[in-house]
Amino acid sequence: MQPILSVRDLIVEVDTGSAVHRVLDGVSLDLYPGKTLGVVGESGCGKSMTALATMGLLPDRFRIAGGSIRLGDEELTTVKPNRLRQLRGNTISMIFQEPMTSLNPLLTVERQIAEVVELHQGKSATEAREIALETLRAVQIPSPEERLAAYPHELSGGMRQRVMIAIALACRPKVIIADEPTTALDVTVQAQIFGLLRDLQCNTDTAIMLITHDLGAVADMADEVAVFYAGKSIETGPVADILDHPAHPYTRGLMSCTPRLRLGAAARLPEAGTLGEIPGMVPPLGRFPKACRFAPRCPLADTRCTTEAPLPVAVGPNQSALCWHAKEEVYV
Amino acid sequence: MRLLEVENLKVHFPLASGQSVRAVDGVSFSVDEGASFGIVGESGSGKSTTAQALMRLVDPVEGAMRLGDHNLSGLQGESLRLARKTIQMVFQDPFSSLNPRLRAGQAVREPLDLMGIGTKAEREAKVDEMFAAVGLHPDAKRLFPHQFSGGQRQRLCIARAMVTEPRVVVCDEPVSALDVAIQAQILNLLKGLQRDKKLTYVFISHDLAVVQNICTHVAVMYLGEFVETGPVAEIFANAKHPYTWSLMAAALSPDDRDRDRDRFTVSGEPPSPINPPKGCRFAGRCPFAQNICVTKRPELTKVAGKHRVACHFSETLTPPLAELAAKQRPKNKVTSTPGTPP
Repeated sequence: MQPILSVRDLIVEVDTGSAVHRVLDGVSLDLYPGKTLGVVGESGCGKSMTALATMGLLPDRFRIAGGSIRLGDEELTTVKPNRLRQLRGNTISMIFQEPMTSLNPLLTVERQIAEVVELHQGKSATEAREIALETLRAVQIPSPEERLAAYPHELSGGMRQRVMIAIALACRPKVIIADEPTTALDVTVQAQIFGLLRDLQCNTDTAIMLITHDLGAVADMADEVAVFYAGKSIETGPVADILDHPAHPYTRGLMSCTPRLRLGAAARLPEAGTLGEIPGMVPPLGRFPKACRFAPRCPLADTRCTTEAPLPVAVGPNQSALCWHAKEEVYV
Repeated sequence: MRLLEVENLKVHFPLASGQSVRAVDGVSFSVDEGASFGIVGESGSGKSTTAQALMRLVDPVEGAMRLGDHNLSGLQGESLRLARKTIQMVFQDPFSSLNPRLRAGQAVREPLDLMGIGTKAEREAKVDEMFAAVGLHPDAKRLFPHQFSGGQRQRLCIARAMVTEPRVVVCDEPVSALDVAIQAQILNLLKGLQRDKKLTYVFISHDLAVVQNICTHVAVMYLGEFVETGPVAEIFANAKHPYTWSLMAAALSPDDRDRDRDRFTVSGEPPSPINPPKGCRFAGRCPFAQNICVTKRPELTKVAGKHRVACHFSETLTPPLAELAAKQRPKNKVTSTPGTPP
């Protein structure tokens, strides 16, 4: 199967005025129709930058300095701004983290959804209203006819996020980038939103890039996973392989510091004790270590790790990790 | 020994219309010395307001709160200020809860200054001790909050909360603004400090796994009320309330990838706390609800030991979660059709 979105060796730089830093350093990803790619990592690892670069929404002072982003047959890094505007919201769309700040408080729900289809598909206001209504139904908003006239402040957080999803879906995009779409929501609402995204994906064959810091969300949603650390994708592979046999010490660290719910008989077992810890924190931009970027926090780091940048190692048929110790650790 | 006792606490916020938001609507609990009492629930359930009421940052309209010999709910002015030596709080957002113009050392020392504890030298020594206890380098005392990462700021907030050697620390979502790796560091730190200093925690969180990790007792809160409460091991092994089940079912784990499994979910969102439903407040979302649930309010009732549940059908329902159902003896199953709320 051909990927619908293919990112190759993407480099994004930021010019801080005094120095130029690499925010993303050679990131490669593939998104397939009907599949979900989970992108995980801590804040400051480049997850959202990858999304913004793909959408052509990089903030001021940030620029794509190398690599390619192919959407279908088109190269997004060199595409004309006009064409990018046609694609964005139409073929590829984004669900942002904060529905409160990403919706226009002065426009009704109907306007915000209809605008997208009027702009991209040249629909009349009446047709657009029909589509808006239909999309609200698709995202399971109760009494959608009434909600069309509502303003964002009249909706709960979960309803706002459904409206965000409705806007993203209105043009039936081939790719949706969802940047922490449920972080601001309660768990029961998160479960509803994830269920909704899965159903919609099933019906439309949309490819989803799910950016999250939550390995539980990855387990629930993703088919493939890319783990990011300090501007690099340090481990990639099918979700089962990554979560069952994480090869990179960072991925393993993330797994061990995620608290697990123990229900039923397991809850009565003596407490598992302290959580695993990854010491230290993600280095700030401009202070990424030269060789392996995780080395200062890594329990396995040796001289090689601090002198020589690691190369991707195949640790399974479809799984690869950017670590000098990856292979030997997995097969012991 | 019982250290903190809360009885029938109510916090209502009046609205211009004459109605009021019943944020906390009659909760009672007690916490033994050295225990950690977790309050879980979704946004709007009133868990943070409960925390703020304990600190007297909001005033209850009804109810009693006692901490050792202090009658927390009756204190005013100077006596309240002094009582705060013994009860301190760690807030959710370490960015907005530190004064950007105070150096880290000053911020941690401030409670000692304000309460006039110790000499200047003793205060400085205490600050050094707290920096070491939370894992910050003593040189960091000179820095301003913006020079710290989120995790380090939360360490500062913890140091500040514990510098007066309180007996109770109220932690309001102390790790939810942090990345998972940093979250683990802070949880381990809080556990270590509790062990070393014999602290008692009231721990507010929306994350069941976090509560299970750090708490000894837990209350599940919904729309201003406790719907289930008890020792952590008992609740997680044997939860009885459908709302607790829905929270458990919605929690995602990296170990669980069976996406096609028929997960128990509830629809809708909590109703408004301005006009809460007359009967069971969860009835509108509960797939097991019957007529009585709409008309009659269920009381928190003992099911075993200290485990209490507010549900008319706590004795008869079979948990829709495989882990919980596994050890249940099949009782007479509920006859309602799930998915048809009244």
